[in-house]
Amino acid sequence: MELLAYAAFFLTIALTYAIMCLGLNVQWGQTGLFNVGVAGFVGLGAYVSAALTTPDAAERIGGFGLPIAVGWIAAMAAGGVLALAVGLLTLRMRSDYLAITTFGIAVALQLVFQNAEVLTGGAFGMAFIPRPFAGLQGQSFAFNMVNLALTAAVVAGVYLLLEHLLRSPWGRALRAVREDEIAAQALGKNPVLLRIQAFALGGAIMALAGAVQAHFIGFIAPGNYLPMMTFQVWAMLIVGGSGNNRGAVLGAVLVWAIWALSGAAISEIFPAAQQARAASLQIVIIGVMLCIILLWRPQGILPEVRSVSRHLGIRNKDS
Amino acid sequence: MNPQALIDGLVAGSTIGLGAIGLTLTYSILRFANFTHGDFLAWGAYLTLTVAGVLGGLAAGLGAPVYPFSFGWGLPLAMLGGVCLTIVLALGLDRVLFGRLRARGADTIIIVMASFGASMALRSLLEFIFTAKPVYFTKALQIANPLGFGMRATPDQLLVIGLTLLLVVALHLIVTFSATGRAMRAVAENPSLAGVYGIDVARVVRVTWIIGAGMACIAGVMAGLLVQIRPYMGFDLLLPLFAAAILGGIGSIPGAMIGGLVIGLAEAFAVQIVGAEWRAAVAFVILVLVLMLRPQGIFGRKGA
Amino acid sequence: MTTLALRDLKAGYDRDLPIVKGVSFEVEEGECLCILGPNGAGKSTMIKAVAGLVPTFGGTVHLNGADITGLASHQLVRKGMGFVPQTENIFTSLTILENLQIAAQLLPAAERANRIAAMFDMFPDLGSRPRTEAGALSGGQRQMLAAARALLTEPKVLILDEPSAGLSPKLVGQVFDTLRRISAAGVTLVLVEQNVRAALALTERALVLVDGRLAHDGPADDLHDGKLLGELFLGHRSAEASA
Repeated sequence: MELLAYAAFFLTIALTYAIMCLGLNVQWGQTGLFNVGVAGFVGLGAYVSAALTTPDAAERIGGFGLPIAVGWIAAMAAGGVLALAVGLLTLRMRSDYLAITTFGIAVALQLVFQNAEVLTGGAFGMAFIPRPFAGLQGQSFAFNMVNLALTAAVVAGVYLLLEHLLRSPWGRALRAVREDEIAAQALGKNPVLLRIQAFALGGAIMALAGAVQAHFIGFIAPGNYLPMMTFQVWAMLIVGGSGNNRGAVLGAVLVWAIWALSGAAISEIFPAAQQARAASLQIVIIGVMLCIILLWRPQGILPEVRSVSRHLGIRNKDS
Repeated sequence: MNPQALIDGLVAGSTIGLGAIGLTLTYSILRFANFTHGDFLAWGAYLTLTVAGVLGGLAAGLGAPVYPFSFGWGLPLAMLGGVCLTIVLALGLDRVLFGRLRARGADTIIIVMASFGASMALRSLLEFIFTAKPVYFTKALQIANPLGFGMRATPDQLLVIGLTLLLVVALHLIVTFSATGRAMRAVAENPSLAGVYGIDVARVVRVTWIIGAGMACIAGVMAGLLVQIRPYMGFDLLLPLFAAAILGGIGSIPGAMIGGLVIGLAEAFAVQIVGAEWRAAVAFVILVLVLMLRPQGIFGRKGA
Repeated sequence: MTTLALRDLKAGYDRDLPIVKGVSFEVEEGECLCILGPNGAGKSTMIKAVAGLVPTFGGTVHLNGADITGLASHQLVRKGMGFVPQTENIFTSLTILENLQIAAQLLPAAERANRIAAMFDMFPDLGSRPRTEAGALSGGQRQMLAAARALLTEPKVLILDEPSAGLSPKLVGQVFDTLRRISAAGVTLVLVEQNVRAALALTERALVLVDGRLAHDGPADDLHDGKLLGELFLGHRSAEASA
């Protein structure tokens, strides 16, 4: 029972990462946009939803006590609007300007989370975020199970929406733009507009992931949304297979498992005094793994169906 | 407003500018935004510290401060070693990672992503080897001398500004007038045509890494000398470095330097108004303004 | 003496889909040769493969007897290859002088200034303003700078990819006059052209490439009436029949 409750907890967290991965897949896998600020979008969603749904608190603005669903929708709106603004600013320029700008967004948002105490609670973060099915909190197994079901439902919903969109004319146009921008342009598609739409959609999904995660854990702090998170989500998508939504979900669960297991192994092997230091080895491992996959299997475990994307750089090679 | 911000800004801007030179060169010649560049600064500082430790073990006198500075002859000597080792690091990374991706014809953005992964690994490796605890090149305290107009600076700070100016002028002259500099500009414009002209592009790429990593190491040592050495020191500078390179115009050495100074000064003055906790946002605001108003930067060409 | 020799050369961007499907021919020293063919026949790909810009999948290329197959473009320049791409064939952000200085870097230091001066004598339009940025030059002047850069190192063969592309008729005349002077000076010349009339007027010998294979190799005069050329372009005649 205990173990099952933990497994459900573990899987729920992994699935919140799967939502982030799906959002990133819209931006990267389908459109070829490199977002280095995933943590910023996720954090934004978490904070927006938390501010709207937490009970009134004296020390900060917000705390409207609104229903969780309202928080989630607002989080998506906020993520979408932020991504839209970034897209309008950079998507006409070289692809790496977007990378640099999103990196900057994440840094700037991290500062806001840390320093805008009246809005975010500062370094201490925000607590008392309402958890779905809070009435069951006493029975940890049932509570974890219904939350797992809810998170899985969100993943399934996002997955189905994205699969539907991919098969729609919009999705085809998106891939056409990614594969051959000039040809797509000649067919009357507006590449910049399509990219901005995809980027905004991805941003909204990431923010939703942040909100779902925040409500499941019930507590958020700036330290949750460091560049580390961006890096994890990227590793998940690349491992799973960019362009493939099932790969995105698989990669999230797999990398999260590697992460959790290596963390557990480190706490077993290293003495307490050395654990913070050894934890950095975890990051080294994931970083090296990301590079190795980019070098040797850029399509990931589950490659994109249809065609292997040209920007993975596979030319004249078996794939 | 406190005029001291002018000195603080120039000192911080020197480090940013020097670091941004390598970034702007790799960006224009290898054509990708290199997220590991910040970590070259941190590695440069730690490698120099390690060499200094070895030198100090060999000859104790090297550590004794040389008036008026806070450090002895050991530090500049160690920095030479650190520069060489940082160059080896950059060339090694190019050989195992970036070079392979280039040879495969991988898209720019894949290389950017690989640099992002490598940056995480490099930084965490530093944290593993040296722990997150800050370390220092010297324990000697320095008194800031008055310069007039209510400004003060330590001899170390003045040395940093002077050395930076010297390096930037020298590099600018090399790139403008030497055959190697011409080849670098040619490769930046069109690598395939450069081959047709008889330029060995692989050699130009090596020179670019050598200059970039060398300057990154020196910038890292300066930052370490004036502030402290931490595994995250380079990563925290990454956004100011990118902002400086883009503000100056990708590929321009004077541009990167001026961009760095502008950002250093803007940070120093902004801190007085909005508080030190917002320092890191200054580079972001400048970056966004540049992208909105003049995306090609001060010295950049339109359409580049 | 044979300057350039291709034997069964196969090249392209994808090993499974070669664009040049086995081409053999030789170019003698001092010869002036043009390569014609319909769009997409692989003319450009073939000479880019010779110049080291496109991968080769089979066959050999010899320059003055030395095997140069598969060498990188910058190594070929040292072996005596002079190649002028069709577009983007000069560095527009560098000055005229800097463009020539880069090429001159391959020569012994003592000869560099002389060779640059020789190029300025040959192309006075360039010599009158060496410090102008090359991006400010007109289309015809750009072609001259591109040719001057390639000639500067006294290549054993000068290969040009459609030097007249995109130029006004008046400039086309100018460019071909320049090529005539270069050929008259004894330089071995190979050019790919779409402008059949101008090319045939310049060269003694013409190759026709159709679908990656040689369809004709003979005196340029054979193709002057246009009938044979038309048939070759449409693929009605094979190389054997026309020979």
